[in-house]
Amino acid sequence: MPRIVGKITFWRVLAAVIIVLGLIVTVRRYFFGLGTVTNLNDGFPWGLWIGFDVVSGVALAAGAFSFAFLCHVVGYGKCHPVIRPAILTGFLGYILVCVGLMYDLGKYYYIWHAILMWNHHSVMFEVAWCVMLYTTVLAVEFSPMVFERFNLDTPRRIIAAVTIPLIITGIILSMLHQSSLGSLFLIVPEKLHPLWYSPLLPLLFFISAFTAGPAMVIFESTLSARVFKRGLPMETICNLSRFLLMGLVIYVAFRLQDLWARGVLGEIFTGSFESIHFILEMLLFIIPMIILARRRAEEHINWVFAASLMVPLGVVYNRINTCIVGMIRSSGTSYFPRWDEFVISIFLVTLGVIAYYLADKYLPVFPKEEEMIPGELGAASESA
Amino acid sequence: MGKVGLLVDFTECIGCQACVKACKEQNNLPRPSYTDYSDLNAETYTVVLNKAGTNFRKLCMHCQDPACVSACPVGALQKTPEGAVTYDADVCIGCRYCMVACPFQVPKYEWDNPFPSVRKCIYCYDIVKEGEQTACARACPTGATMFGERDRLLQVAKRRLAAQPDRYVDYIYGEKEVGGTSTLFLSGVPFDKLGFRMDLGEKSLPELTWVVLNKVPNIVITGYLLLGGIWWIVDRRKRMEAERLAEEEEHEENA
Repeated sequence: MPRIVGKITFWRVLAAVIIVLGLIVTVRRYFFGLGTVTNLNDGFPWGLWIGFDVVSGVALAAGAFSFAFLCHVVGYGKCHPVIRPAILTGFLGYILVCVGLMYDLGKYYYIWHAILMWNHHSVMFEVAWCVMLYTTVLAVEFSPMVFERFNLDTPRRIIAAVTIPLIITGIILSMLHQSSLGSLFLIVPEKLHPLWYSPLLPLLFFISAFTAGPAMVIFESTLSARVFKRGLPMETICNLSRFLLMGLVIYVAFRLQDLWARGVLGEIFTGSFESIHFILEMLLFIIPMIILARRRAEEHINWVFAASLMVPLGVVYNRINTCIVGMIRSSGTSYFPRWDEFVISIFLVTLGVIAYYLADKYLPVFPKEEEMIPGELGAASESA
Repeated sequence: MGKVGLLVDFTECIGCQACVKACKEQNNLPRPSYTDYSDLNAETYTVVLNKAGTNFRKLCMHCQDPACVSACPVGALQKTPEGAVTYDADVCIGCRYCMVACPFQVPKYEWDNPFPSVRKCIYCYDIVKEGEQTACARACPTGATMFGERDRLLQVAKRRLAAQPDRYVDYIYGEKEVGGTSTLFLSGVPFDKLGFRMDLGEKSLPELTWVVLNKVPNIVITGYLLLGGIWWIVDRRKRMEAERLAEEEEHEENA
């Protein structure tokens, strides 16, 4: 890190600037309303905060469930060393999603209504409950890191005892949540561009989020290994990159098959605003697919790192295209986020990065095998 | 009383804005000038516009199976037994999914209010449930806006189309759109020329999300059984493997 003076580094100055700007916009948003800080309008009620902070945020937090599933349910490969970073990412991600919602909801002070006033015909109702329940599950899954830090063995053992039911509950909630974010758009066949509208949206959202999981973990472990000058769990990364490749192939095949089945493949090549965004989005899935198919992680960690960075970007791009780009034409208005909207999104990401950095620094996020309780989340099972 | 509705016959509308004025008074909406509006907004539940040589109204269609009502996570929007789609600002959490879901882009938002509500026509529900007609229908001097039971209004509309085929385009807007709406329009000019979408289909939109939502209980139960089952099989295999190894070791030690 380039140092300026003592503990003041470039990154810290940047973070401070973002936080100050973020706080200013926050005050303006809560005192003067959404219209002052966003370019949202009656024709375009959902913008960057829904598309990026909420819908993309949830997708990027999906690593927690793909890993819980791979590691603890099917016992796939050696991914135990990265389970805790995946859960931390998921937990921080969901907290940020909740914070993002508090910015976007017009009547944020009535958010608790979702608990008491039910409309089970609403996809948003399902989304609300998934957010609440899964954030709780993630908090419990995260808690052993805190307990371990403060040597609280009893609560650690209690949670270790319920690990499997807890994990399965988390996987199901996460599955429902990822797919329900896609289902949100099922009700707008007349508004969403056919390159993104599909009856399969829930399934496509689910598969792409599941795939983003390992990519996020490869990306984060590699990065945090560099920042904290730690060895990289190479064998794990190799397994993950193979799994990531598999996920990408399945997703891309599903996506193209869906376009073909709906007879809209031709839309890709019309050169329209939508088709350009679609092609860019798909490249972010296809390029990493090619890289991973041709480069092995053992020899080409930088290539794999680049691929693992592209996949989450592709997923974010897909969510933004679904929420924003694909909705613009039918809205009859225009929308491009105001600078304040970008500030809040960057502000939230910054808070997330700081929280991850602090957790990584002060909590046993990358634990030593022998210090773990058998059966605990992230502990290797006996013969694995 | 059956389900109520409004029939607006554009060919009889003289563009006097009396309905807009009455609507603003009935709903206590601010009213700078009644003819300034190009579209609905948070302070305007209905407008009278002029396009392609005809006057026409825009207002909430009050769908038979409203997308907004199904979309609202907290049930702030309701379809009343009388047929009106009403809104409760004290329940709403401000997610604006109703605005996204509405195929007619009717619900509008108070963007500059720090404590904002969704605003849209509620068919003057307070007075309609007492058996009165909506303020706009009462105010209309020509009878272009007619209040009544939807079934009866539909008959009226069909009679008019049959009696004066030259006066109208042969279409009742709202008869079948997204499963049918309580507000019905007749026009002398093709509806798409006035900006009304003709491609909405006849299927009610909440069906599209319900086919997925009603599978949730199934997914939860199947999910627990499937994942639990996979875990049980994998775990059992690991335990047996460990036991076998332990036995072998013991065997070797004994030998």
